[in-house]
Amino acid sequence: MKPAAFAYFDPTTADEAVETLGELGDTGKVLAGGQSLVPMMNMRLAKPEALVDINKVKELAYIHEEDNSFVIGALTRQRAVERSRAVKRRSPLLAEAILSVGHLPIRSRGTVGGSLAHADPAAELPAVLLALDGWVEATSKRGTRRVAAADLLLGPLLTSLEPDELLTRACFPLLPAGSGTAFLEMTRRHGDFALVGVAATVTLDAQGICTRASVAILGAGETQVRAPQAEACLVSNRLDDSVIEDAGQAAMAGLDPIGDLHGSQEYRKQVAGALTQRALKIAWQRALPRSER
Amino acid sequence: MTEINTKAAARPRTITMTVNGRRYTGRAEPRMLLSDFLRHELNLTGTHVGCEHGVCGCCTVLYNGVPIRSCLMLAVQARNARIVTVEGLANEDGSLHPIQQAFYDNHGLQCGFCTPGFLMATYALLKEHPNLHLTEEEIRVGIAGNLCRCTGYQGIVEAVRQAAKAMKK
Repeated sequence: MKPAAFAYFDPTTADEAVETLGELGDTGKVLAGGQSLVPMMNMRLAKPEALVDINKVKELAYIHEEDNSFVIGALTRQRAVERSRAVKRRSPLLAEAILSVGHLPIRSRGTVGGSLAHADPAAELPAVLLALDGWVEATSKRGTRRVAAADLLLGPLLTSLEPDELLTRACFPLLPAGSGTAFLEMTRRHGDFALVGVAATVTLDAQGICTRASVAILGAGETQVRAPQAEACLVSNRLDDSVIEDAGQAAMAGLDPIGDLHGSQEYRKQVAGALTQRALKIAWQRALPRSER
Repeated sequence: MTEINTKAAARPRTITMTVNGRRYTGRAEPRMLLSDFLRHELNLTGTHVGCEHGVCGCCTVLYNGVPIRSCLMLAVQARNARIVTVEGLANEDGSLHPIQQAFYDNHGLQCGFCTPGFLMATYALLKEHPNLHLTEEEIRVGIAGNLCRCTGYQGIVEAVRQAAKAMKK
């Protein structure tokens, strides 16, 4: 239960971190908050040869509102997002989901970039990024590129980031007026890894017709997944209980979760369907003008 | 371009940090966890090590005022940091901190293994609520990151409530 030996680098700028990662080739691993990587190192499930600790790279810790988005630096602590009034007001989905990330001491250290780069299939932040059609930016000595949420997540703990790339920031787009969102997850114990969770968004036009909907499900597949069949049930329609029920059914039908000790495949599907329905109902209510709720 | 020296970067180094207001210096390889550094290098064995992967909360300490798991931080990361451990709670004369007294009074512990973590989590929680007015829900969420296998938590929740009251006076 102790980490294997590794070389330790603690750069103070993003440029320096990228330079070091580049020189390490595929032997380097970025250490951000350490709330997922260090447990894996303690259990020797991960034995990186070299760690590039970015905790001193203060330039990567910020929350900016720009171009109708929240752009959040990779080193921003989850706790900082939780405490941000701007996020609470302008990105309620992110604000709601962040409360389900671990416990307070975990969120005090855990980072936004770390959660996205770690890509645990039951993690909350990748689902939020996916539901909002967000992206991350990755920098290496070869250059900087943007990676859409859907292209980032490849499998359990697997992303499309290269070993020499540093995830520097993530962009969580804001939704237009007339939108409502909800985040729900099911856990056995408070703050634990979710069995299944759902991030849902609904946007209505002035006539009450749904113009955009997104459903991102966590814990029910190799990665967080969108449920396009469920979204198709909603878009261009006037929402009501039966439309939303159909969407829940459609979400369930499109899933192929892995059964394990904590929940069988069938059970996870059922929970995903039920949570989708509940989350959409809440999102829909929140999207309605106050007078119509 | 300078060749990167991974050998040098793996060597032990001297680490200085302030723990409970006192400066300490020790040696550690990069892989040494802060929890082990506190216990084995600085002989501050009040910080307990339970699961060693961030689940149980026994090793909770304050790092620059923020509650963290010391088993998920490397000692090298705590260079020049301000750490508060359970040893920093009681007064110089040995009299208990109001939080410790409250746990004592309310059966907030039985075997005591998880207690240092609970005390530090409570300390951080009450520090975050300067008006010391907490609902039961806030207390329960505040200590949700710590596991206790003996008490069933009722006594702990009661202790946090008493501590908040005592510290208000």
